[in-house]
Amino acid sequence: MEKSIGQVRKMIEENKKTASLTNVVEKVIPKTLFVIAVISILTTLGILVTLLSETVAFFKEISFIEFFTGTVLKPLGQNAQFGVLPLLTGTLISSAIAMVVAIPIGLMTAVYLSEYASEKVRKVVKPILEILAGIPTIVYGFFALTFVTPILRSLIPSLEPTNILSPGIVMGIMIIPMVASLSEDALGAVPNSMREGALALGATKLEVTWKVIVPAAISGIVASFVLAISRAIGETMIVTIASGSSKNFTFDITQSMQTMTAYIVEVTGGDAPAGSTLYYSLYAVAMTLFVFTLVMNLIAQYISRKFREEY
Amino acid sequence: MKYFDSGQIQKKLGSRLLLNQVAKRLFFLATLVGLVVLVILIYRVFSDSLGWIDFEFLSNKLSTDPQKAGILGAISGTFWLMVVVAPVTFFLGVGTAIYLEEFAKKGRFQSFIQTNISNLAGVPSIVFGLLGLTVFVRGLGLGAVVLAGGLTMALLVLPIVVVSAQEAIRAVPQYLRDASYGMGATKWQTIKNVVLPAAIPGILTGIILALSRAIGETAPLVVLGIPALLIPLPEGIFDKFTVMPLQIYYWTIDAALVTEYANLAAASIVVLLFILFLMNSVAVFIRNKYQKRY
Repeated sequence: MEKSIGQVRKMIEENKKTASLTNVVEKVIPKTLFVIAVISILTTLGILVTLLSETVAFFKEISFIEFFTGTVLKPLGQNAQFGVLPLLTGTLISSAIAMVVAIPIGLMTAVYLSEYASEKVRKVVKPILEILAGIPTIVYGFFALTFVTPILRSLIPSLEPTNILSPGIVMGIMIIPMVASLSEDALGAVPNSMREGALALGATKLEVTWKVIVPAAISGIVASFVLAISRAIGETMIVTIASGSSKNFTFDITQSMQTMTAYIVEVTGGDAPAGSTLYYSLYAVAMTLFVFTLVMNLIAQYISRKFREEY
Repeated sequence: MKYFDSGQIQKKLGSRLLLNQVAKRLFFLATLVGLVVLVILIYRVFSDSLGWIDFEFLSNKLSTDPQKAGILGAISGTFWLMVVVAPVTFFLGVGTAIYLEEFAKKGRFQSFIQTNISNLAGVPSIVFGLLGLTVFVRGLGLGAVVLAGGLTMALLVLPIVVVSAQEAIRAVPQYLRDASYGMGATKWQTIKNVVLPAAIPGILTGIILALSRAIGETAPLVVLGIPALLIPLPEGIFDKFTVMPLQIYYWTIDAALVTEYANLAAASIVVLLFILFLMNSVAVFIRNKYQKRY
């Protein structure tokens, strides 16, 4: 009898031990996971702090107005000038060209897949578009320089060997799958009853799509366009490879222009000594780029949240 | 009495139906554009690389002589990069996802982290490069080594892993958790023994997709100052290294000087695409084979 009581006591002691260990684990794990989750916030903070601190250092040497209104970017040599406008026009023009390609083709692809295509066709086309989206940008850069540029030059003789047109077009092709799949999601979310209602009134499929489905999905569609622009602005390798590094301030798409991203690649590749104006200019340009894409992403989120039609 | 003029309707209907047919064909052609470009791109890369991919190309180190140049260094660099990226993204990505789905109270803080992650996903990769350059390469004084590149890439692909892990965890039905609690299991025991095993195929798929993004990414590594012309092979995470996309970048640019470099670039692209294809196949296989629908 006494012996078994002793055994029970022992068991209780042991249970307490493992239970207390379990309790400790139960308390420690949530805190650990919390710390891990905070790392994503630290990453954003890290980006902001690094960009901001060096950008502030840059604006101590170059005035705000000089940077944002200067049309000459000549980072090296005696009379270095840091005007960001050549980079801004380069970025905006290449993105505009990309949108001219990606928006109509992407939207039409989305409409075809969502409204016209049979299930069989969708099953073939969608994975292929995913492959297109998964190809590394460096491959598109190679494609732009060695394939698209020569073809364009035979069509437009005045085109320079490196120009903004070719990477713009290739960037547009790269973004097609993104516009197509996001827009298709938006079109697919429109309930079938609306299609059936419009068809019952005697509308043709095109009229249903154009006058009922697209307007109903417009918030998602516009959000996909804005995200596409943001993606084009941040795209680096295609423009770096195929558009060269001339810091032209021009609107002539046959010429070589440099984008903000390509400038960052060029300057970091050239080993800018830390502390020089050239080094700080890197961060000022990156800050501008970051703000541009962040604003675009926030606009996209706002549009899709604010103007979403609930069915 | 006639309510409508059937002749008038016939006339109008004809053009409306015609327009519908024209639009249908136009939309189909637009869909073909993407597919045709993909075919041209792949054909182009393959035809340029024809005769250049052989055992020597895969097993030789880098050389300025196009005939002797190989991509063994770049392949081993990519391998070492993954040795860093895979565990770090798994740890950070899955940890964040578990916290958000299982522990965080629905509220301001949770939606703040969530918004932050979707904004991080939209930050251009080159900005992550500058972060890595400032924090890892210069701040911690690591230099342009595997560890610095891997940590930068891990942060870059973190949103992909978090979002896919969250979806996988959310897809685990509540009754599995309830059953586990009913057996007396604690919260962490339930997560460890029930939720994670059920969610692991989806998590793995997301990680493989994130890794294939990291393998193809170029811009952040250029910014970190990772060299393309590097002869010695990396042997650990503190060694200098180079990767395939960088090799392709410099060969493409220098093709103006040495014509054969364009072929070398194309050959490396084929190898890179092949590796990505393999990884994606594995992801699709895992998704189809192990993912249970509840």
